[in-house]
Amino acid sequence: MTMTNLAAMIIQPASAILLAPMLLGVINRVKAFFAGRRGQPLLQPYYDLWRLLHKGAVYSTTTSWVFRTAPVICLTAIILAVFIVPVGGRRSLFSFNGDIIFAAYLLGLMRFFIVIGALDTGSSFEGMGASREVHFSALAEPALFIVFAAMARQTSNISFSGIFAAVTPQMWVNNCATLLLAAAAMLIVLLTENARIPIDDPNTHLELTMIHEVMVLDNSGPDLAFILYGAALKLWLFAAIFVGVLLPINQMPQWFSIPATVAAVFAVAVFTGIIESCMARLRLLNVPNLLFTSISLAILSLVFALRN
Amino acid sequence: MSRRMLSLYNCRTADANALPCLPVEDFRNIVINEVNDGKRIAALFGLPQNNDTVKLIAVLADDHQGILHLAGTAVRENYPSLTPDCPQAHWFEREIAEQFGIRPDGHPWLKPIRFHQSWTHRNLWNSSGDAQIQPGVTDFFRIEGSEIHEVAVGPVHAGIIEPGHFRFQCNGENVLHLEISLGYQHRGIERQITGRPHNRLIHYIQTAAGDTTTGHTLAYCHLLEALSNCSAPARAHCLRGIALEFERLANHTGDLGAMAGDIGYLPTASFCGRLRGDFLNMTAVLCGNRFGRNFVRPGGTNFDIEKRHIDELRKRLTAAVKDVANAVNCLWTTPSVLSRFDDTGKLSKQLAAKLGLVGPAARACGLNQDCRYNFACGIYRFNQIPVATWDTADVFARAYVRWLEIQHSAAFIQNQLDTMPSGPVQTEIPPAAPNKIAAAMVEGWRGEICHIAVTDAEGQFVRYKIIDPSFHNWMGLAVAMRNQQISDFPLCNKSFNLSYCGHDL
Repeated sequence: MTMTNLAAMIIQPASAILLAPMLLGVINRVKAFFAGRRGQPLLQPYYDLWRLLHKGAVYSTTTSWVFRTAPVICLTAIILAVFIVPVGGRRSLFSFNGDIIFAAYLLGLMRFFIVIGALDTGSSFEGMGASREVHFSALAEPALFIVFAAMARQTSNISFSGIFAAVTPQMWVNNCATLLLAAAAMLIVLLTENARIPIDDPNTHLELTMIHEVMVLDNSGPDLAFILYGAALKLWLFAAIFVGVLLPINQMPQWFSIPATVAAVFAVAVFTGIIESCMARLRLLNVPNLLFTSISLAILSLVFALRN
Repeated sequence: MSRRMLSLYNCRTADANALPCLPVEDFRNIVINEVNDGKRIAALFGLPQNNDTVKLIAVLADDHQGILHLAGTAVRENYPSLTPDCPQAHWFEREIAEQFGIRPDGHPWLKPIRFHQSWTHRNLWNSSGDAQIQPGVTDFFRIEGSEIHEVAVGPVHAGIIEPGHFRFQCNGENVLHLEISLGYQHRGIERQITGRPHNRLIHYIQTAAGDTTTGHTLAYCHLLEALSNCSAPARAHCLRGIALEFERLANHTGDLGAMAGDIGYLPTASFCGRLRGDFLNMTAVLCGNRFGRNFVRPGGTNFDIEKRHIDELRKRLTAAVKDVANAVNCLWTTPSVLSRFDDTGKLSKQLAAKLGLVGPAARACGLNQDCRYNFACGIYRFNQIPVATWDTADVFARAYVRWLEIQHSAAFIQNQLDTMPSGPVQTEIPPAAPNKIAAAMVEGWRGEICHIAVTDAEGQFVRYKIIDPSFHNWMGLAVAMRNQQISDFPLCNKSFNLSYCGHDL
């Protein structure tokens, strides 16, 4: 292993860990632009995290150790997942055959602890949020797995590093359908998993309509900082997977492909901001329809991949 | 039958003694029959008498003829409730029971509505004389079952809104029943308005519901002018109409923006927020206050308008309405918005009529009622505004009626600015006439505002009754939520946008 490769392997998770909160800043600025406002500073999410880390936490007397452990486990799980997904490099820091499944279950672990942390408070709002979260992610997960299956079949690889490295311009010419359908399905999963419009509204203050936000209403101080930072990393992770499926990094030199991928991740944030600026949230009843669409697209992608 | 009732035009007085005191059974039958014939209960309230009885007065509004019919009866401890046969009386009877400790026998839902001490020595809920009554502490309706869960929201809410408590009985995401418990804002305004009309009263009225300052003040002024048998000058009527329509423009625009905000639709939400401010600023051009405080006064208005301000208003109004059109038309052309608005919070026309809804909420159910048209007074006698209705009775209808009214109000104001009569804007008003009863109905932006005053032998108020449109409509919101998704409640709530303090007084 050469020094450049090692450096590339370290730069990738480092960029995620440093830049992830900026994605939220970018989305907020895009939304502000569409609303005709100047918007908050790009670095506002960092200021918020810094402020929260310096605050004390308040714990409801109805909560148990589960509520206090959940934020730590969530953050750990997502950081582990960040080490697995490459951002423009040939290989990520931890890469092995089958890491796509490992990463998916790290995300599952994160969700599980957010949900039981919410249930631990005994609040009716958080219970409702937990129920919605579990309902929708149960539908988003199959879509994600089928996308992974399609990409694994298409590239004959079962690790993120292998799959992303195998996407070539030639594959875009020959198997355009597989890639496009997988990307479309991925985009819907990205919006769902990160609680963005049209599935959830991250800016709302209305407890009765929230999904993700309502589950962390009782968290405060460093716990809330962990959860918010974890959410930012999760957005980064999904954007990186989305970009990885689309971008043929194989032909680029490594010094170029990493910045190009990071730029593409920010482009995803801009795109998310545009979606949020020009459409309303779905009625909660209709969210499963959107997720079934995502599953269908993923299956179609798999069918095209199998045909090759 | 109407000879047994006292007929009254809007903003006119009648001799208080001319109101016949019917036997309770007759009173009950008359009210129920008249309501079945299509009249509405505009007010039902108690008037304490000397001999330990309370005179109940029902004010029935005949929208088609524009006449109010008053019926009265005397009750002591209890009387047969009207509510089982006339659901409109529901909230009014609970109010009477709370204020005077009189039991409506057979009332299906007898609970306090404002959680204050009884005005008399009788008390229905056995709370001791000076104990503090906690709002919201009552037995709520509950559905039992292993799959039913209860969600309690408020009185402290996540947004900056007024306090109110909502109890949902839910089956999963479905709302089976919503119970609304208010009273947190009770200030005792009605009881403060006694004695001779004096200058301080207007401040109570202006803040009865802060977002309807002009509406409530206008009703008060109409009432006082009727009791004093004088009339405001034509120019004042015109200015009052402009202020009332500006209030409607500001609030309707704000509401449409807030509804867009609730569904996460950014464009309309952000622009309407600013445009609401523009309309408030135009109100400030009239009187220096964005909410129209101290503009309308008994006998006219406190301020006249100069020529240059007329020109400025005309220009600013044209620009603002153009922007509102751009922002609001996004709503009707965006599929994701329509899918949220359509079929959400439906309330059938029959049910709306039965519950006695008023204002845009009623017009969105296809009910053709608007005090500016049916009970025209002031400037609306000369310049009529078309009644905007829609018949889908859902959130879309309530939004669309607002949009139609914005257009009508803007055209009305432009018209008034063009044809403003000259002359003074104030007259001195003589003292109120003795032994009179008078009613004033004004169409505020939320709906029908009804003020009723009864004077004694010295011309002092013995009773001043304020009915905010929210008083009629809260039950409508609760019923509209049945079998809806609980996640649609904020949107439904915003589409009604009722006042807490106007209800609690």
